[in-house]
Amino acid sequence: MSIQQTLPLPGVAPERTGSYRTDHLLVADMVAPGSRVLDVGCGDGELLELLESRGIDGRGIELSREGVNRCVAKGLAVVQGDADTDLVNYPDDAFDYVILSQTLQATRQPRAVLENLLRIGHRGIVSFPNFGFWKMRLQLLIGGHMPRTENLPATWYDTANIHFCTIKDFVQLCNEINVKMERAVALDLYGRPVPLNLPWWVWNMFGEQGVFLLSRGGGK
Amino acid sequence: MSNVRPIASPSITSPSSNSDDRAHEADHPSSSVAKFGVDQPLKLDCGVDLAPFQIAYQTYGELNADRSNAILVCHALTGDQHVNNIHPVTGKPGWWETMVGAGRPLDPEKYFIICSNVIGGCMGSTGPASFNPATGKVWGLDFPIITIPDMVRAQAMLIDRLGITTLFCVVGGSMGGMQALQWTAAYPERVFSTLAIACSTRHSAQNIAFHELGRQAVMADPDWRGGRYVDQDTHPYRGLAVARMAAHITYLSDAALHRKFGRRMQDRELPTFSFDADFQVESYLRYQGSSFVERFDANSYLYLTRAMDYFDIAADHNGALANAFTGIKTRFCVISFTSDWLFPTSESRALVHALNASSARVSFAEIETDRGHDAFLLDVPEFLEISRAFLQAAGKARGLGNGDGQS
Repeated sequence: MSIQQTLPLPGVAPERTGSYRTDHLLVADMVAPGSRVLDVGCGDGELLELLESRGIDGRGIELSREGVNRCVAKGLAVVQGDADTDLVNYPDDAFDYVILSQTLQATRQPRAVLENLLRIGHRGIVSFPNFGFWKMRLQLLIGGHMPRTENLPATWYDTANIHFCTIKDFVQLCNEINVKMERAVALDLYGRPVPLNLPWWVWNMFGEQGVFLLSRGGGK
Repeated sequence: MSNVRPIASPSITSPSSNSDDRAHEADHPSSSVAKFGVDQPLKLDCGVDLAPFQIAYQTYGELNADRSNAILVCHALTGDQHVNNIHPVTGKPGWWETMVGAGRPLDPEKYFIICSNVIGGCMGSTGPASFNPATGKVWGLDFPIITIPDMVRAQAMLIDRLGITTLFCVVGGSMGGMQALQWTAAYPERVFSTLAIACSTRHSAQNIAFHELGRQAVMADPDWRGGRYVDQDTHPYRGLAVARMAAHITYLSDAALHRKFGRRMQDRELPTFSFDADFQVESYLRYQGSSFVERFDANSYLYLTRAMDYFDIAADHNGALANAFTGIKTRFCVISFTSDWLFPTSESRALVHALNASSARVSFAEIETDRGHDAFLLDVPEFLEISRAFLQAAGKARGLGNGDGQS
């Protein structure tokens, strides 16, 4: 994406920010320096590397053996595991932040995973592709088939993403399980933040993905 | 097939003159020796204070000025201290040349590498094959039962003797991995990083069963003589070879055996309709048995298998593995192999869960290979690459300046 906007990042040289994904930069910006972070579904460790370059103590879980091995080969502390089954093995309050970057839609039990996220970490950071994005809607409405985009090129029969949701759906789930949204950002197709002053339905329509900083809600 | 040397031998051969070399090495090793007198006993788990005793060891590379680049390599059940030099008895290259050496993950150019023969072994550290000054005879079964924590305690005394406070890394596979984990549980502040390969925090029932099979094979040999075979100038080489053959099968995998040997015949076209070694796999196993008895003491095999059987870190910490590693600062890398059925991935995963629960910094990778448990000794590039990367990342955190060079 040539017009990808790079966000100002303290501690990272400007010429380097271009090589990181915008959602990773956004997530990294939400993490306070010096904190302990668990990245669930860390892939090949791109986000963890960014976090560690900023002095954050990062750990990762990754399902694919290839991903894990690439991470360990980079010197990252990553273990092979499954978000659906292995998060229960982590004790309460083990991390300052638990990150779920583009992984929620691939879990079997998104609700349970989200609950575990905020049990293990004081805060959770979740990013996911928005199925309410206008291009998705248009493909289903006009084309009559399951949407495919540049960022989600897989066909319906071989995709790992089994639980798609819209930004609106996610907000609703957070409310249901008493999770507080401290910060919410929607990124458009070019990775640019959708202006904050616009109403939710605009986000849900023009946000290609959503990035949320979550904490445990009070009460209940 | 490079490590396969089938022979046409119809039976397990008796040890050659090498056995004299082996007996000599037990007390007078060609390695360096740290001797501990009666004033420095080794306090064994069985309640005995062992004194005097000695530890034979090899070192490679130089200790840096900060004394911060020392790596302890722990050897497996039938290994020894000769990691990266010609073996004094067999004349073969060191047992871990894929891992240790110039340009390898454990490069003596960067690290000071130490490997000692375990207490209870037969290559120069005090064990059942050693001379017992109290009786004037070889120890034999008078030698006290030793455990993995005893081995580690003895190694710690050696490391003290070498003037090293903190080890940069403790590395080991199989029984060596058990020692690496025990090191970290017993002396967390002395271990900066731990590379534990193809191992577990406790020996499983199946593994105990295999060891019992091996011990019974040794003790069933009439030449064992109730463990006093040295006094009576015999050696239970047949029993020990059978033990080794059975154990060797557990170090491989069905797929690896099939790939290497299939049902191929050994130097013949047709079956001989006898109990000769018609199949290549039979010949290979007999070779493994025969070559093992030339360099290993039968009683030592009993003691070391027993030490592994008793190993259970959780049991030593009120039954909870996580207790063993509470608040630990050591960086861990745990590696398992898909085809290892002796120490399967599930065992490593249990360890990783406990380390996660202790907030330890842990990496865990499962390497895909059909080469079974022995994969850690072989040239498995992905495994070696991960080991190298882990050590480089740990070295960076330790300020060793050990990075890049080879990768």
